[in-house]
Formats: sequence, structure tokens, C-alpha cells
Amino acid sequence: MKSLLVGFLLILPLAAADDDSFLIRGATVHPVASAEIQNGSVLVQNGKIVGIGRNIAAPKGTRIVEGKGLHVYPGMIDSATEMGLSEIGAVRESVDVGEIGKFDPQLRAEIAINPSSEHIPVTRANGITSVIAMPMSAGGGGGFGRGGGGSIITGQAALVHLDGWTWEEMEIKKSAGMGMRFPIIPPPPGRFFGADFPGAKTFTESKKDYETELRELKEFFENARRYQKAKAAKEKGFQTDLKYEAMLPVLEGKEPLIVMASRERAIRDAVQFADQQKVRVIIADPRELGKMGTELKSRNIPAILGPTLALPLHEDDPYDAAYTLPDQFYKAGVKFAFGSFDNQFARDLPYQAAMAVAFGLPVDEAVKAVTLNAAQIWGVADRIGSIEEGKSADLMVTDGDPLEAKTQVKLLYIKGKTVDLDNRHKRLYEKYLNRP
Amino acid sequence: MKFACCRRSWASFWLAPLTSRRLVLLFATSLAAATPPIVIQNATILTVTKGTLNGSVLIRDGKIAEVGEKIMVPADAKVIDASGQFVMPGIIDCHSHIAADSINEGSVSVSSMVGIEDVLNPDDISIYRAVAGGVTTANILHGSANSIGGKCTVIKLRWGKDAHDMIFQGALPGIKFALGENPKRAGNPTGQRIGAGNVQGRYPATRMGVEDVIREAFNEAKVYQQSWKDYNEKIAQGEQPAAPRRDLKLEPLVEVLEGKRLVHAHCYRADEILMLLRVADDYGFKIRTLQHVLEGYKVAKEIAAHGAGASTFSDWWAYKLEAFDAIPYNAAIMTRKGVLVSLNSDSDELMRHLNDEAAKTMKYGGLNETEALSLVTINPAKQLMIDNRVGSIEVGKDADLTIFDKHPLSNYAKVEKVFIDGQLYFDRASDLADRPERETEKKKLMDKEKEEQKKNAPVGRGRPAA
Repeated sequence: MKSLLVGFLLILPLAAADDDSFLIRGATVHPVASAEIQNGSVLVQNGKIVGIGRNIAAPKGTRIVEGKGLHVYPGMIDSATEMGLSEIGAVRESVDVGEIGKFDPQLRAEIAINPSSEHIPVTRANGITSVIAMPMSAGGGGGFGRGGGGSIITGQAALVHLDGWTWEEMEIKKSAGMGMRFPIIPPPPGRFFGADFPGAKTFTESKKDYETELRELKEFFENARRYQKAKAAKEKGFQTDLKYEAMLPVLEGKEPLIVMASRERAIRDAVQFADQQKVRVIIADPRELGKMGTELKSRNIPAILGPTLALPLHEDDPYDAAYTLPDQFYKAGVKFAFGSFDNQFARDLPYQAAMAVAFGLPVDEAVKAVTLNAAQIWGVADRIGSIEEGKSADLMVTDGDPLEAKTQVKLLYIKGKTVDLDNRHKRLYEKYLNRP
Repeated sequence: MKFACCRRSWASFWLAPLTSRRLVLLFATSLAAATPPIVIQNATILTVTKGTLNGSVLIRDGKIAEVGEKIMVPADAKVIDASGQFVMPGIIDCHSHIAADSINEGSVSVSSMVGIEDVLNPDDISIYRAVAGGVTTANILHGSANSIGGKCTVIKLRWGKDAHDMIFQGALPGIKFALGENPKRAGNPTGQRIGAGNVQGRYPATRMGVEDVIREAFNEAKVYQQSWKDYNEKIAQGEQPAAPRRDLKLEPLVEVLEGKRLVHAHCYRADEILMLLRVADDYGFKIRTLQHVLEGYKVAKEIAAHGAGASTFSDWWAYKLEAFDAIPYNAAIMTRKGVLVSLNSDSDELMRHLNDEAAKTMKYGGLNETEALSLVTINPAKQLMIDNRVGSIEVGKDADLTIFDKHPLSNYAKVEKVFIDGQLYFDRASDLADRPERETEKKKLMDKEKEEQKKNAPVGRGRPAA
């Protein structure tokens, strides 16, 4: 017992001092921002990448991580999740994704992220080091695709590291963008849920709803602008309004609107709206591109592509419509990143990217879409997204191509700290594999 | 989410079928006329049961006639050069709801009188999409709203054929059971205290009630079975008794008792899995497959002892409470503990990449390539008791083959060609080549529809402008 204790005492201070400083050497390094380096090294000091290349000299005493046969990539970024906001999809009490109300820009996803969510260690075990956690239009708690929520402006999406004792420690950017659902005329309910389906609306009714929502949206922006002016002019009797206050970064072009728009028409509407309002937008979960490629490219509007492993939007679309969509965006010159728009499948983010590769997307572009592109879109490319000097040491070390399911993530670092790859699933695995 | 709902788009569903079916019909007629043999050459052949080789497969009369490194090419054979490509057995999905016009008869807790075979829809575009994902056979199940659900049917994905010709002749019929949240939710749809809402409750509303419903049903079935035994005995003795009244609800359960109908039981938690195995033991029948069986890894020993197969998801979890202990190692643990395991989709989408799902078991639990591929080929074939016909590349088996451009356990692989009974049902090159024509056809129909709308205006209900 005594010798054990002494051992601990000897090791502990050293380990603590070295925790976020180390040298990975002899690995294949994939910086993403530049060409891969065989037999390369990455030097990390105090959580930052300070050296990358063939022969990197590390200060004496630096902890060495032997990377022979391994690959080093920047940690992946999932650009749309409910991480920490939802634990069990069907259990209302565990879901904090969609609030009640049409215009909720004041809501902050960040403060509702449960840092002890079981989803966090499960997701990062597959090499995902940061995510966007996003409030969604659902109403009354539900998440993506659950319930026909009425929110148009859903709140502030947070960009967080998947490590930290509190949401404050997890924070990369407290508000990376303002969630929004662009009003649409919903398609008819389909042949299974005919016009008699409860809640089914006629086209005329749906169109009227759409026009009302568009008008409300415009009014909300106009009011926000009046507020902005009143504030700037220090008008007498000016009072702080939390909703309009939250809109200021959007109106000032500092913060993008993350606009959920799946169909071509909604994308076109959203682009037009951005032009009129002179605000920045990111298109989220587009399911088709149509003729919008040039429009998006010329305005530098990026997209967060939803699951590639998805059915075509229309029944008469080509069977591979969702598989080829990323390549369509690439060929159109539109910048994009991938998002899982989910929690349970967030760890499958690299396989969404891989399917796009099977159907035409160059593999380097697929890797960028889960790393550097995401960092650029969220305005944090100076901090994460690639292996470059000065960036946070968010690194995954794998035994192969991370887009292949059979590849194992061997080591993971967030801000240079070794992250525990254990999780609920591994614990249950070991427990029951050894059941007598 | 896993309530076996259909998610289908509303768009003109018959457009794509029309044109892609033409391809199949063309092939079908040309093959039917002379049925020339087909040789797939220079491929990597993943037989699943007999190792992997580089060579050829000879298809004759819809069957695999020869497999080998070097085979004689018959003079009249159609030769397909598959250099650099991979041939594997057609994928088998042990849990699907495609091609079914309705899924759940949820009004009663025992709905064994209804069956999927009666509502097979051969025009469901999901069939074509699944073939394009390499699937050739699927077990089409009733939904999970009932403790004892409706009858199930195994189909081959012969896109373009009618409902009758899709049925896998010779495959034993099945029946769906369901445990846990789904059947009890139907009992208490409000989620409130029973009677608190204005929605009628339906027994059962607890896992206790689910067990009881199954026991009550088999109690009845035993009595019914005996009444027919007595009747037949009397007939044999030359008497002329009145025949018992046929009971369409109990008949399938008697078939279960007599091993003529396979039980596919939707389940999640270890306790309910064990409960069902014990009920089956008590009444002397077998559970053929446990479906989903997300906590199967906790009772793998008991499952193996009963002899039930397990058909599970690769990595689904946390979508509902009973899926919170689901782990992606489930398939691997159960395999290691002697359970016959398959991976299924229960989803029109997931169905299209079951090969990728199989690859995940190499990461989670370290299955080898053959074990992984078995999960979507020979294992589900065994579970459905059709392994004498499909599930591996062996001489004499049906020529149900999928050709991938890369190793099917690579996430970069895509399906190039799919054969069912030696006929080509999917060819990516043809699909691509047909697209311009399909677009033209679609535009024509859309224009026509617009014209019609103009003529018939004003209308109360209609579609949004494109």
C-alpha cells in the first residue's frame, strides 16, 4: 500500500505538468490545411499546436507519444446536433431542444447543455471533438423532426468542445449562429395521411399560414432594426428588450442566421431574405440544390449538409439523390460542412461523409467537411479545424482512415488534454462480455 | 420512432417505378426467351461460407451453377467483366416494412388474424431503392403495436413483378410479437394515468400485461388445437363429428405451436426477452428470432440456450427509454456467446447500406470480415430458414448476387449490379443512363398536370406550385 502511494506521488506531479504538452512522432500526420506528412510529428505545448513536420525537436523532458502505424487528424466537428440538450428522444423530460414561441432569439443553447450527458463520451469516442448544439423549431421540448413546432427564430447555437466539467469550460463560441426555420408551404400530407388526416390543411390555408409567417418575420426584423436605431441614438425612455438585444449581432452581420431550408424554394426564399435584410446566412439541412448553386456561391453562403445516409426528398428522385448532394455542392463551389442533426447518430458523422465519397465527392473534401470547413463556417478557423501551429490541440489518433467504420480511434486530445475514450457503451460491453 | 411508421414522400410515386421497371422487364424477357447463362468474371468473390477467391461465378437457370478461380465459359454465356469488383451474396434484411401498404393493426392486442401478404405493394419505390443498396430478400413484418401482431412474409425484391411474384416461395411464414414500450403504449397512449385522458386505454398497459396477453392467447390456441386433434381423431375412427369453427386468430398460433410459423419478436429489455423465452418454453414452442433485442447482450446465454436468433441494429440507441442501454457491441457479444445474429434495418433508409452497418461490428467488438458479412447474408438466411436457397455463394443456391465496386465492408463501396434468381434487377450504369429520359417524362407529366389544374380551377385542395 505504502509503495503504491509513493508511486502515485512520484508520477502524479509529472503527469499533471505534462498533461497538455507532448510530442506525437512517427505518425502519418493529416493537417487537412496542407499535404499529409509521412513519419511526421506534432508538438503540443500548453494545449496548443506549436510544431508540425518531419523533424520536430521537442524540449527536453517532453512526453513522447509513439505514433508508428497511426494517423493523426484534427478532431472532427459536427456542425448540427442536440448534444447535451437531449438525452432520450422519446422522454420529454430529457429533451430541451425546442422552446414554445415564434421568435426566441434570446434563448441560449449553451446554458442548457448537460455536460454529463451520456452522448458526449459516446460521440467523442469516435473522434468528434466539438459540436454545434442548436435549438430547433419543435415547440415544447421536442427535437429535430419531432412535432410540428412553430418557432421561426429558435435561439442561439453554441459551439462547444466535447470535454469540460461545465458548459463554460466546454465553450468555444457561446453563440455561433442564430437558429431559424424558414417559413414554407408544407407539402400535402401524402397518400397515407390523406386530406382527412387530423391537422391536414388545404393548400389555400397553408399558403395563408406561410404568408402570415413571412409577414411576421419581416415585422420582427423591422422592429429589431428600430430597436437597434433607438439604442444607438440613446433615445429617451429606451428600454432593453432581450429578444431584440439578441438580434443585434445578427443585424450587425457579426452572427449568421442558421436557416433550416430543405427544398430549393425555401433556399431561394432564404437567400432573398438575406439580401433584403443584409444579414449573413448559413443554409442548414438542404435536401436539394436545384439551381441555387450559383446563388449560394456568388454570395459566399455556406451550407451545413444533413445526413447523407438519407432517402431522396421526392419519391421520383434518383435513388442516390442524398448520396450525391454533397458532391453537387462541391461542384457548385459552395462551402459546406456536415452535421448529423441528431445525437444518437452523431458518432456516425464520418460515415455520412464517406457515403458522399462513394458517390463522387473527393475524399479530401469529405475530410474538410468534418474539420476545417466547419471551423471556417463557424468563424473559428484560427482556433480549430486543422493541425496548424497556434491552433488548439484537438487531435484524433487513429489506426486508419477515420471515414471507414472499421477504423479505431486510439487517442483523442481536446485542448491538448488526453480525453478518456471510455463511455457508457464500453462499460456495458465489458461488464456483460464478462458475465459468467 | 421505432413504431414501424412509414415515412414516404407524397410525390408522384409511380414515376420512377415506370422507367426503372422497363429495364428489368427488358432483361426479364430477354432472359426468359433463351435464358443464356451468365458468367461474372475476374471478380473478388466473397462466398461468406466458403472463403474468398478471385475468379468467376456461373449463373444458369437462375441458380449458381459454378464458382471457381477458373471456370469454362459456355459458348452462349453473357459475360460480365467485374475486374476490381466484389461479388457477395445478395443482402438479406430480417426486419423491414417496405412494400407494405399498412403496418399496424393496433386496435386489438392480438392481431394474428391479419397478415402483410394481403397488403403487399409491389409499387413501393423503397423496393427499388433497397435493391440499389444490394438487398435481395427481406422479411416484411407487421408493426409492433400488439403483444401478438400480424403475420409476416418473406419477399424477394423482384422489382417490377406483381405482389404474388415477390413472395419468397418456400419460405416459412412468420408472425410478429412485440414486447415493452410499443404494445403497452397502445394500451396507454396518453402517457397519463389510465383514464386521465379521453383516449380509450387498451389492455395491456404494462410489461406484466404483455406477458399475460401472450399466455392467454396460447392458452386459447392450445384448446383450439386440441379441438381439431379431437375432431381428426374422430374422423380417423370413422365418426362424423361437426368440425370446430375455424378461428383465424388462433390458427396462426397453432402453426406456431406446431413449428410451421416462425415467431419474430420485437423486444428491447433483458427482462422482457427472458420472459418471452420462458413463456415459449412453457407452451412448448420456439422463438425463431428476437428482433431489435437491444439488451440481448445481457441475456445472450439464455437466448443461445433457447436457440433463438437475434436480429439487431448496429448502433441505434437512446431514441427511447428502453433503448438507453443499447450498445453497438450487441451483435459482437451475442455472436461470441453463441447466438445466431443478424443485423436488420427496420428502415427504408438504413436498408440501403446494411453492408456499412455490418462493418461497424468490426469496430465494435472486433468481428472479422466473414463474421461481419454473415450478419447480413447467411445468418439472416438461417434465421428465416432459407439458407438452403440464399445467403451465400454456393453451387445450387439461388443466383442472388450483389456486385460492389469496392469491398462491401468499406464505407466507400457502392452497388453496381444486383441479380435475383439470375436476373439483373439493378444496374447502376443503366440507372444513370435512363435519367435524362426519366426527367423528360416527369416534365411532360408535370406540364400535363398543370394544364389539367388550369382547366379545373378553382380547386379547394391542391398542390403547391413547383
